[in-house]
Amino acid sequence: MTTTHPAHKTSPPPLLAGFGITKRFGDLVANQNIDFAIQPGELHAIVGENGAGKSTFIKIVYGLLQPDEGHLEWQGKPVTFSNPLQARAMGIGMVFQHFSLFEALSVMENIALALPPDFPKQDLSALIARKSAEYGIPLNPETVIADLSVGQRQRVEIVRCLLQEPTLLIMDEPTSVLTPQETDQLFDVLHQLAKQGCAVLFISHKLDEVKQLTSRATILRGGVKVAEVETAKKTTRQLAELMVGDKVKGITADTKRKKGKCLYEVRGLIRPAFGPFDVALKGVSLKVHAGEILGIAGIAGNGQSELMSALSGEWRPDQNGMLFTEDTDISRLGPTGRRHLDLAFVPEERNGHAAVPSMTLSENALLTGYDEDGVVAKGVIQFDQTLAMAQRISKMFDVRQPSDDPLASALSGGNLQKFVVGREIMKSPRVLIVSQPTWGVDIAAAQFIRNAMADLARQGSAVIMISQDLEEIFEIAHSIAVLNEGKLSEIFESSKVTAEQIGLLMGESHDLTSGQIPPKTNRTSGKERGAS
Amino acid sequence: MIILQPRKHVSLRLTIAVPILSVLVTLVLGGVIFALLGYNPVQALYEFFIAPLARPDQIGNLFVKACPLIIIGTGLIFCYRANVWNIGAEGQLILGAMGAGWVALSFPETESRFLILAMAVMAMAGGALWGLIPAILKIRFKTNEILVSLMLTYIAALLIDWVVRGPWRDPMAFGFPLTRTYPDAGLIPRMPLPGIGYLGQLHWGVLVAFIVAVAGWFYLSRMLGGYKIKLMGDAPRAGKFAGFHQGRVTIMVMMISGALAGLAGMIEVSANIGMLQPHISFGYGFTAIIVAFLARLNPMAAIAAGLVVALAELGGDAAQISMNIPKVVTGIFKGILLFMLLAGETLTRYQIIWIGRSQKSATTQKIEE
Repeated sequence: MTTTHPAHKTSPPPLLAGFGITKRFGDLVANQNIDFAIQPGELHAIVGENGAGKSTFIKIVYGLLQPDEGHLEWQGKPVTFSNPLQARAMGIGMVFQHFSLFEALSVMENIALALPPDFPKQDLSALIARKSAEYGIPLNPETVIADLSVGQRQRVEIVRCLLQEPTLLIMDEPTSVLTPQETDQLFDVLHQLAKQGCAVLFISHKLDEVKQLTSRATILRGGVKVAEVETAKKTTRQLAELMVGDKVKGITADTKRKKGKCLYEVRGLIRPAFGPFDVALKGVSLKVHAGEILGIAGIAGNGQSELMSALSGEWRPDQNGMLFTEDTDISRLGPTGRRHLDLAFVPEERNGHAAVPSMTLSENALLTGYDEDGVVAKGVIQFDQTLAMAQRISKMFDVRQPSDDPLASALSGGNLQKFVVGREIMKSPRVLIVSQPTWGVDIAAAQFIRNAMADLARQGSAVIMISQDLEEIFEIAHSIAVLNEGKLSEIFESSKVTAEQIGLLMGESHDLTSGQIPPKTNRTSGKERGAS
Repeated sequence: MIILQPRKHVSLRLTIAVPILSVLVTLVLGGVIFALLGYNPVQALYEFFIAPLARPDQIGNLFVKACPLIIIGTGLIFCYRANVWNIGAEGQLILGAMGAGWVALSFPETESRFLILAMAVMAMAGGALWGLIPAILKIRFKTNEILVSLMLTYIAALLIDWVVRGPWRDPMAFGFPLTRTYPDAGLIPRMPLPGIGYLGQLHWGVLVAFIVAVAGWFYLSRMLGGYKIKLMGDAPRAGKFAGFHQGRVTIMVMMISGALAGLAGMIEVSANIGMLQPHISFGYGFTAIIVAFLARLNPMAAIAAGLVVALAELGGDAAQISMNIPKVVTGIFKGILLFMLLAGETLTRYQIIWIGRSQKSATTQKIEE
């Protein structure tokens, strides 16, 4: 660990410091013994992959969560924030990744609603106009939120924080919803704030932005602080290495297999963003062959759910270009039509998407199995069949259940995940498309699920696995592509790339205006790719 | 701070004991209110609960009263299970009655047995059409079906008012807003019970109500169509993932509940009135909403729930007539009864947990996340 303990600094005390912050959720240690310090006026980044503990940490700083161990100090004095109100009273402001504004109300009304009751509300309109102009992000207080772009909406949130004269501003993944121009403007605002003495805590996984904006970065991995670095002294590549770690040693995936027939191909898939938090898919192309597991890496929120909905047919494009076995265009088929062709899908969200918590396991087996022989006769569900189906799945996939046919909600997350993955694999699909197959699942169950997918591929099926877990991808995928900001990279053979190279692709910002990879990013890996 | 936490296990004893307890609490509270207002509480409660059931023919009338509530309630359960909030059953009932009336009045001379069938079909078509409008507007323009279906109720009420005063008015009715009476083939006769004979006004429509409830239960619990409905209500994303269409389900449930409300309207008129008039329903379309929820959205239970609500209605009437208890007081009493039943129902499924300060922050955290 290259940490500098905050206590070493003698003068002046840091604005906010954390000592030995630990937070557990059940068996999971989300934050482990994290030391942290930020000085007044400092631009400080918290960097890490999904699940690294970033969110937990900032929730503790903002009073949304309480640490199990360790404590915070504000200007050298111990503090506890038992709720965000107390944190705000100290001068901490936070702009969330998904902001909560009332679309039908005006800028001023939204801000007035969010301000503390004792805040003087007369002349608020003028105050908003003045404050926003001062920071170069002019806002008309009378505009209705619905008429604003996402970037402008974020300004509303920022101005709301600024009105309370914060001394520490937390920005949670602020650039994920912004265009490059808006990002530049945001960085100007943050620089100006820092000059006036307001510290900014910037949470991001976009490493070049971290380098561009901040002076120091705390890097988290698996809930542990692995480094605190001066960003100017590290390259983006070094930051990526720290963020991802050297995870990959032995590749267990069998790479010597012969490449089979292409079973599923997507050509230039385009999907517009339908809501402010949707990620548009900008021409995604991929190919997966019989016997192959294609891992799609990437940090959550880069188009994974949008890609999944297109691959499963829950959303369908207007143009052609999704092919099954080279000759059948399935672009227009819904999930049922695609299932008829022996495709199977496991969406990421177990509760309410891949499974229905309020229904029994046999009813959940019916969810994707109602079209199979003998399950439904003349519109009447054959419950003996669905029950047998559910019990077969549970037996084969070692689903531990409290009774013969429990509600899905009675199962632990890992067991329900084994059930939904098992439900699809039991059909022996020719193509299995699965998103985050082991998210929030314990290690034993995760291993079980990975083995089952590897077995399926060995039997000649193709598997597309969208996953945030690089270790998982390197463990079973034969080929790897990275989804970043709605774009899919080329497909690499997993034996020919390293985790750092993939991590770099995951963490880079695309220049949206030109569609090109910025030259400063090292991309040698891209040249030596094999597949695609 | 009080929170309601779902019970992990709901015992059968609790399920049976709680409704009984709810009724007992209602009796005590109602007795206190009657006493405070100067009525003899024992006599008032007798009028409410015992008098409507004192004679066999009154039991028949109870079933007659419950008949439209059971039919409409079953239809509404389809909607509510799919998370579609049809509040306009009253309007759908009126349209159904008008559809049936149009057939009956068009064939004044017929003696065909098919007349009543044709009336039933037209009644269901009329109600389904009235239910289809909010469904289509919801799908196409994302309008709120609660508002649209409710507003259509007022349109339906004015529509029937207009036809019975205008085009369909019986010229021999001395200017009263009434249509001609239906031909006998368009009326629903009383139903004799084996070994008992006629029981009050008990008619064949009551049998239809039982069949509708049982068929509705079978459809919802055993058939793929019912599964789709429940799926769309519980987890629309999962429904879409399964390959079902939310819009089609919305249309289906709105048309089913509209058709059943229309059927109830036709039965009500053909069995009890015999002609169209401005007011053909005592708010059955609204009361059936209570029936649907009282039945915990289970069509089989709608039979019992319909009977309970019908009893409260009849008891209210009886208390008004025999004791001069004002209508509003009987309304209050009915309200207490339903409130207690629903509260008891909630407490059967949830337990109240009182949490102190330290735990409170833990809960608010969850909410804020």
